[in-house]
Amino acid sequence: MHTRKQSRQWLQQLVFLGPGTIAFSIIVLIPFLLGFYYSFTEWNGLDLDKAKWTGMNNITRIFTNDDKFWTAFGFTLRFTFVTIIATNVLGFLLALLLTRPLKGRNALRTIFFLPNVLGGILLGYIWQFIFTKGFKTIGELTGWPIFELPWLGTPHTGFWGLVIVFVWQTAGYMMIIYIAAIVGVPKDLMEAATIDGATYWQSISKITAPLIMPAITVCLFLTTSNAFKMFDLNFSLTKGGPGTSTQSLAYNIYAEALINNRYGLGTAKAMLFFFAVSIIAVTQVWLTKRKEVEA
Amino acid sequence: MAASRFRHYSVVTLVLLLALLFLSPFYFVLVNSVKSLGEIMVDAASLPKIYLWTNYNEVWEIIRFPKVLFNSILITGVSVAGIVLVSAMAGYRLVRRPTTFNKLLFTCFIAAMIIPFQSIMLQLVRITSLLELRGNLLGIFVCYLGFGLSLSVFLFHGFVKSVPVEIEEAAVVDGCTPYGVFWKIVFPLLRPIMVTVIILNGLWIWNDYLLPVLVIGANKDLTTIPLAVTRFFGQYTKQWDLALAGLTMSVAPILAVFLMLQRHILEGISSGSLKG
Repeated sequence: MHTRKQSRQWLQQLVFLGPGTIAFSIIVLIPFLLGFYYSFTEWNGLDLDKAKWTGMNNITRIFTNDDKFWTAFGFTLRFTFVTIIATNVLGFLLALLLTRPLKGRNALRTIFFLPNVLGGILLGYIWQFIFTKGFKTIGELTGWPIFELPWLGTPHTGFWGLVIVFVWQTAGYMMIIYIAAIVGVPKDLMEAATIDGATYWQSISKITAPLIMPAITVCLFLTTSNAFKMFDLNFSLTKGGPGTSTQSLAYNIYAEALINNRYGLGTAKAMLFFFAVSIIAVTQVWLTKRKEVEA
Repeated sequence: MAASRFRHYSVVTLVLLLALLFLSPFYFVLVNSVKSLGEIMVDAASLPKIYLWTNYNEVWEIIRFPKVLFNSILITGVSVAGIVLVSAMAGYRLVRRPTTFNKLLFTCFIAAMIIPFQSIMLQLVRITSLLELRGNLLGIFVCYLGFGLSLSVFLFHGFVKSVPVEIEEAAVVDGCTPYGVFWKIVFPLLRPIMVTVIILNGLWIWNDYLLPVLVIGANKDLTTIPLAVTRFFGQYTKQWDLALAGLTMSVAPILAVFLMLQRHILEGISSGSLKG
């Protein structure tokens, strides 16, 4: 009797968790663990058995003789820093505006969220057109010098071009999260503050902001990891150019393996990338979690 | 009163200006998609002098739009359905049977969320070819299942915790099997979080580029919309008249779905994000 019950439990475990565990193992877990091995090999991607163990070669090469990787690293850090601030400030501002009693509030929320349902690839191509042809025409019409810059043609305009599109794409998403949090702030707290003579900005910074800290944690986490891992937009908007000046880390890894055919070196970079992502994400969550309070 | 009224109108003006700014790229794409290349080069801002609808006919053929659209729907649909079913079962079991092994497994699922795709993709290419999962529908399905599980199991796990176990016990007393309990009682109760899981995974898979390129890129019969657009841009560089018609066409299906379901989508996203 006992064993029958046990075997029934086994069967249930297998039915409920089996498919998930198998898919997760062969697609995520095993490839990830293999990555540690291939980081120390010379491998052209074709045959696993032909990967030659080269010890610390790849790592040494990355740290001593790979300027492009470090340029991409610096680019990604700058990009992440700027977009975190811009996306969250804009997203929060939109949320503040759209939690006020306005006519057509829902339609407006939909508009600001709209770019987010399109993927980075399509957005990149759309904005390639806006930057090169649209801006040119606007420049001719208005004579404003900002539109007459060689957009995407220099490292500088390439960087800001990517920032603009990224913010345009993600600010609406953050807005939705901030709106959900702001709506949850108790009304009586805001009223009490107003009666006590707090100005609008005082009640935002002293009451709303601390109370929606969980949402801020989530939004900062999402923007950090999305910006740091940016690939699609980079691929379709600037292709890392001009030259390799706007290459993100994710793009650099892609190019190393799939264009230069150095899979071993690419894997080594990818594993370093993993450590960088983990360190940044954990630090950032830890920093903002400390600031969370309860109403 | 006058001051607050003034403030109200300045807020309205600000919001409307921002909304126009957000929409302006769509205007440029739409308007120029029906111009000739010559007209685009001269003036990309005004409405077309001559409406050239043939741009659309041409691209429709070049990127084999009906086929590509069908592939996108098929791959997204099958993968999302798989993710929902498998991660609902897994999340349920992980909550109801918190053995040491299951707790460890759950930690693995959660921890894996931080791994960037780039750290897996090269080895994955190799493994999928070994298992003959490359270039076919089954392969891309298994890949999406593997990558989609982490977040979805996490969301279902959080939700199942709030489902009272007493209902299940009552059903067992009435003679329901464990599978019946899940399928007939728990699964329907998971609906709210299911909406979130479907939306988050659906948007991601629909727009995904790198994974399909690596796993089914060689099989032209499975080309999805992002792949087709990229291939098209590689061949027709700077042919903006055709390119913009192609972009409009490619963007249209997902925009239509979003506008139809926008309320559910916005709710699904905010409830999904604040669970963590």
